[in-house]
Formats: sequence, C-alpha cells, structure tokens
Amino acid sequence: MNFDDTPQEAAFRAEAKAWIAANAPKQYEDELRKASLGRVALKGANILEVAKAWQKKKADAGWACLHWPKEYGGRGSSPIERVIWQQEEGPFGRLSSMFIIGHGMCGPTMMAFAGEEQKRKYLPPLASGEKVWCQLFSEPAGGSDVAGLRTRAEKHGDEWVINGQKIWTSGAHYSDYGILLTRTDPTVAKHKGLTMFFLDMKSPGVEVRPIKQASGASDFNEVYFTEVRIPDSQRLGNVNDGWNVSLTTLMNERMSIGAGVATGFPELFDFCNSLMLEDGPAIENRAVRSRLANWAVKASGLKYTSMRAISALSKGERPGPENSIGKLVAGSMIQDVATYALDLQGAAGALSGPEDAEVAGKFQAMLLRAPGTRVEGGTDEIMRNIIAERVLGLPGDIRVDKDVPFNKIPTKGRA
Amino acid sequence: MNFDFSDEQKQMRDEARKFLSEQCPPKAVREVLDGKAPYDKSLWKGLAEMGFLGVAIPEQFGGAGAGHLELCVIAEEMGRALAPVPFSSTVYLAAEAILIAGSDAQKQKWLPKIASGDAIGTLALFEGKGNPSPKAVKVTANGGVLNGVKKPVPDGAIADFAVVAARTGSSGRESDISLFIVDLKAGGVEVKSLTNIDLTRGQAEFTFKDAKAEPLGAAGEGWGVITQVLDRAAVLTAFEQVGGADRALEMGRDYALDRIAFGRPIGSFQAVKHMLADMYVSATLARSNCYYGAWALSTNAGELPEAAAAARISATQAFQHCAKNNIQVHGGMGFTWEFDCHMYYRRANAVALGLGSLSYWEDALIDRMRKKNAA
Repeated sequence: MNFDDTPQEAAFRAEAKAWIAANAPKQYEDELRKASLGRVALKGANILEVAKAWQKKKADAGWACLHWPKEYGGRGSSPIERVIWQQEEGPFGRLSSMFIIGHGMCGPTMMAFAGEEQKRKYLPPLASGEKVWCQLFSEPAGGSDVAGLRTRAEKHGDEWVINGQKIWTSGAHYSDYGILLTRTDPTVAKHKGLTMFFLDMKSPGVEVRPIKQASGASDFNEVYFTEVRIPDSQRLGNVNDGWNVSLTTLMNERMSIGAGVATGFPELFDFCNSLMLEDGPAIENRAVRSRLANWAVKASGLKYTSMRAISALSKGERPGPENSIGKLVAGSMIQDVATYALDLQGAAGALSGPEDAEVAGKFQAMLLRAPGTRVEGGTDEIMRNIIAERVLGLPGDIRVDKDVPFNKIPTKGRA
Repeated sequence: MNFDFSDEQKQMRDEARKFLSEQCPPKAVREVLDGKAPYDKSLWKGLAEMGFLGVAIPEQFGGAGAGHLELCVIAEEMGRALAPVPFSSTVYLAAEAILIAGSDAQKQKWLPKIASGDAIGTLALFEGKGNPSPKAVKVTANGGVLNGVKKPVPDGAIADFAVVAARTGSSGRESDISLFIVDLKAGGVEVKSLTNIDLTRGQAEFTFKDAKAEPLGAAGEGWGVITQVLDRAAVLTAFEQVGGADRALEMGRDYALDRIAFGRPIGSFQAVKHMLADMYVSATLARSNCYYGAWALSTNAGELPEAAAAARISATQAFQHCAKNNIQVHGGMGFTWEFDCHMYYRRANAVALGLGSLSYWEDALIDRMRKKNAA
C-alpha cells in the first residue's frame, strides 16, 4: 500500500508538470483556486475566452482530451495518465468546466455512432475547444424519466423536422453543436420510439433562452425547436434506437474520478479556525468540533474512495462502483455545510453582500447554489436507485408505463 | 499509486474468511451469546494454528512477522464473523502495548504465548464512566503493587494478564501515569464478570488489592504509550467495524431480495432500496478511511493520529448505521432472538464505546487536524 507513482507515471507527471508551469495562465491561478462551487467568474476577463485559449493551447501541444485517440484530437493516453494530468492541472482544470459535457458525453457518443469522416471533421475542434457542444436530453416532461421526452422528429425526404422543447441545457447559449434525443415513434413503448441526432445550434428554428435559477444566476437554458431541419446523415445510431445510444452517452459521464467533488469542508474548517464566538474561538467549541469531525470524515472518505479508484486505474483495472457515491454524498453535504456556516454567524449570516458577509459571501452563495447540485446530473433519489440496482443488485422499479404505447401514457396527475 | 492491499494480503483475507466461515458460523457465535461458554476456545486455538494471532508479532517473538496490513485484513474478517474470542483485547491492545513499550524480556515472556494462543491479554484503562483521560486514572501504583478498581475491562474475566494504567504521581500532568503488567493468575486481583450489551464479548471489573505489578516502559511515560496503543487499536478495530458493517448490509440486501410483501420483493420498494443504498455509502466511506488508516499504521506515518481518528469515527458510524437499518429492513423478524441481526446490533454499539466513544474521537480528530494545519 503506497501513494507512489510507477516510473512511467512519474515520468508522465514530470512532463505534464513542466508543461503546465511553462504555459498555464498563472494570472488567474488565485481566483480559480478560490472558486469553490458553481460557475467560475474572473474579474476583468471573459471566462469563456480564457477557457478557450487555455484549451487551444493544450490541444496544440497535445494535452487536450488525453484519453481520446490522436486522430480525433486526443493523446491516446491511459486512464491513469488522464488522472495525473487532472491532478497537475489543479485549479486551471476549472477552466475546463464549459467543455465537460462536450468532452465527457457528446464526444464519446460521436466516437461510437458517427461516420469516420464526421469524426475527423467534428472531434478535433471539439477537443481543442474551438467548438463547444451541449447535450439536449432533458425536457419539461422528462427529467429523471428522460425517456418520457416529447420533442418530435419527423422524416421529410432526406431530412428530419424537429419540433419541441428541451430544458436544463448547460451551455446552450455558447454552444456550436449539440446532441439531441427525440421521439420518432409515439405509438410504441416510450424507450422504443427515440432517435438521436447531432445538430448545428445555429440552425434556423433553434431558440435558446436562459433560465433564471433559484439562486438568481443562469447556468442553464431552455431550447426551443420550431421546424428545425436536420439531415439524415446527422442521425446517430438507428432510427428508434436512440435509447441505447443515450446509454452510451450517460455511461461516459464518469468524469469526476481524480478531479474531486466539492464538499465545502475545507472552507468551513478554515472559517471555524478564524471565527470567534461569544465564548471563544469556534474551533474550540465542543458542538462545532463535533459537527466538523463528522464532515471531516465524509470529506476524507470521498478523497480516499477516489484514491482507490485511481489505484484500480493505475493497475489497468476498471474502478469499482464505489465512485458512484461521490455526487450523492457531496451534494447534500455542501448544502448542510453552508447552512451551518451561516448558522454560526447568527442573524448576520443572512447578509450576502461581499462587503458585509463573512468570507466575501462564499457560504451564502454556496447555500443558494446547493439545491441545484442535488438535482443536476441525476437527483439524489436517482443516484440511490443506481447504487441499489447496479451495485447492490436490487430489483428495478416496477414501471407501469413500460409496455404502454407512449401516446397512451397519462400526462397529468390530478385532473 | 497502489492505495490497496496486495494480492498476497487479499489472499490472506480470503483464507481468513474461508476459515472463519467454517469455524465460526453464527451457530458458534450463539454458543457464547447464550452463555454456554465465555469464549470460543477451539476457535482461539484454530486462529493460533493459522498464525493469525501473531501475524504482526516479529518472528523472534514467536509471531509470523508479517505486519499490520496483514492484521488489518484479518481484523476485517473477525468483525464480519463476529468472532467470539478475545482477539481485539489480546492482539490490538495488550500485544501492541508490549510491542511499543516492553523490554526484551517482557516481549520474550508474553508475545510467544499470545501468538500460540496460550495467553489472553487485555488493557485495563477505564475506571467507570468517561473517556480516556489521564485524570480519570485513580488506581495507584506504590512499591510495586497496585490498588484500586478498573472497569470495564474487555475480556477481563478470561484474561491471563493485563496491561494496567496506574497513577504514580500527583502533579496533575500526563506524567503521573505509568503502565504495568499484571499476571492475573498471581493473586491480588479480584475479577468479576459484568453483563454488557454485547453478549459475545465479555467485560469485567478488576479490584486490585496489593496486586504485584511489573513496570511496562519508563515511569511517567504511560499516557504516551496509551495514546499510541489507542491509535493503533482504533485502526484495527475500524477494520472489524467495516467487516461487521459489510455483513449487516449483505444480510439486509439478501433479505430484501427474498422477502415478498404486497406481491413483490421488498427490495423493489424505493424506501427500502434507498435505505440500503445509504448503508452502502456509509460502509464505503468507512472502508476508504480505514485504508488510509492502514497505510498510516503500516508505515508508522506522522499522519497516524489523524488517520486513526478518522477511521474510528467513520467506521463506528457505518457499523451502527448498517446494523440498525439491517434490523429495520428485516422488520419484525429482525427483532427476534432467532435472527442474527441483533448480534450485529449489539456488537456495533458495544465496539463503538470500547476505545472511547465517538465524542472522544471527534475531539481528537479536530485537535490533530489543527495541529497539522498549524505545522
């Protein structure tokens, strides 16, 4: 049992470290390091431009999408090399957040289902950040139940005509392309009538509207499709086989290994180390210490769980299912941590202006963003279902709509 | 990086599991639970023959000379099987105290006997309510004899010798405390069995009346040794707890798959699935914290105090969580004497206290994290 690199890993790490030291945009390092949750913003610079410039620089030197094949803009690296890169990239990795969906989900789906010519055309600019991709799955009527989606695609000659609405699309407002899951046959069971496409987000009839979130910020969008035309050559997989195609996309969503998930604990621990309560330093208060200790072991448990996954990668094994717990644990933890940080401040905890609030309002912002982390990318409840079914082998839910034609499924609860 | 046990260590874990599933089925645990025997003597002999009792004891003192990582994998299996033997008191507490502080002669005298299963040892630290603290030690040592009362002492009623924390000064500092070895067969110690919530592992009260005692380690350095022993035992015990948590989770999962209610397996209801998923989460977090503890223990790293506290807290929570919700998944049957659920519930809650309760370790963890931050 050790934390040492193999000689090959050490050589790779040294090469990565040296390149990052010579090329990273260091002027933003401090701001990036301090950003803890949600959208990263930079003072006096456009984050999208900085992110794209860093990604392009990496791509030109062969450090983009490390695990992708070279001919598609990657480096052909092993999974462990990808993890080492993430460790070395550190805070600069936060600049990649706008590419996560494209690199983690759209790219692998294109790799599995697009034609060779399309792959050579679309994947390298996706890897280099010159083109940004989004994923158009969720709908107002299909969130956790994504196969309940209603956006229609109808064949007209060599084209498909799309009508409908998507929601919760991250980055649609700055995306160049998207992968789109549609309903092509409403007369069969819901999973059996779906088809996947990719499309140019600048196509006529595509309208992107930002959603104002409960936190006041806008990270997501609604996307409306009105008579949007997509050539049949941009279909991914067979007609009505879109559900299986989407499973490939979702299986590739394992992107957090090595990168670590935000729990809010390091921030809370620092805060309690400096905070004075009525009866002395917070860190010396028994109740505070007990709460901190309980979160400390969750944070360290997550950290060492991901180390175990990295070890499996290092040995050329596939990581076990342990890593599926990260999002579930961290999501509700960061919410509880933020709530507690405000509680420690008494009435003043409600103040969120950067001048008045402790730690420049970081915990208030964390609190307001946290509900979203427990919903996006699979709700806590869906994560528990996944653990129960795929890890523990418990039966799937009984699905009353499984064998019902989609257009016969009720659309309303209480009449 | 290899943050995992080696293939050889995993093989040892498999051997231990096979051995314990044959030699320590729930039926054997119940012999002790039902009071038919104070501990499983034949299992104790078998563990000695397998080399498990002395796995971390150097060869020169009759052990296998493997190491603490090997002891961790065996501890996990002992916890999984609820082995009703004085393994933790003898191996994690008494043997570790002697390894840390014993003279060559003391090591020669006791360690081979521990490895061969011929001596059961324990640590007599507590004196009634409260967590480990030098202030709470009232038993006195004067002129080579001890006087006073220790309770609870784990496996005290079946022990052959005890490492005892006693007061040798009155300055109010840690240096008032020294350690002694007492041969419990030599007279001067009244031993009384005490009933406790875990019926598969005994607790006792020792009353020392001019009991002959031999110093273990230097005078006034006892508390430092106790702290080290507790840290090591915390990691090893955490592996037992993770073993128990995993088994309780499996029992709950299996029952949820087999039990039909409302026309379907109860494991298909989200209320039950989510309860089991949460058990898996706490068991996984605990296991990962334990691995870090094992690394720190085996390399004697400076991180051990912090790692031990984290493993202890996480594993205590996980075992308690899994054991109580295993009963909940079983419903009424989980609350019968006949089903094994309560044996895990009893063990989970007793073992949560033995080295000091959660609040003690929470406090220790924060102190140790602060120290690291300040450094």
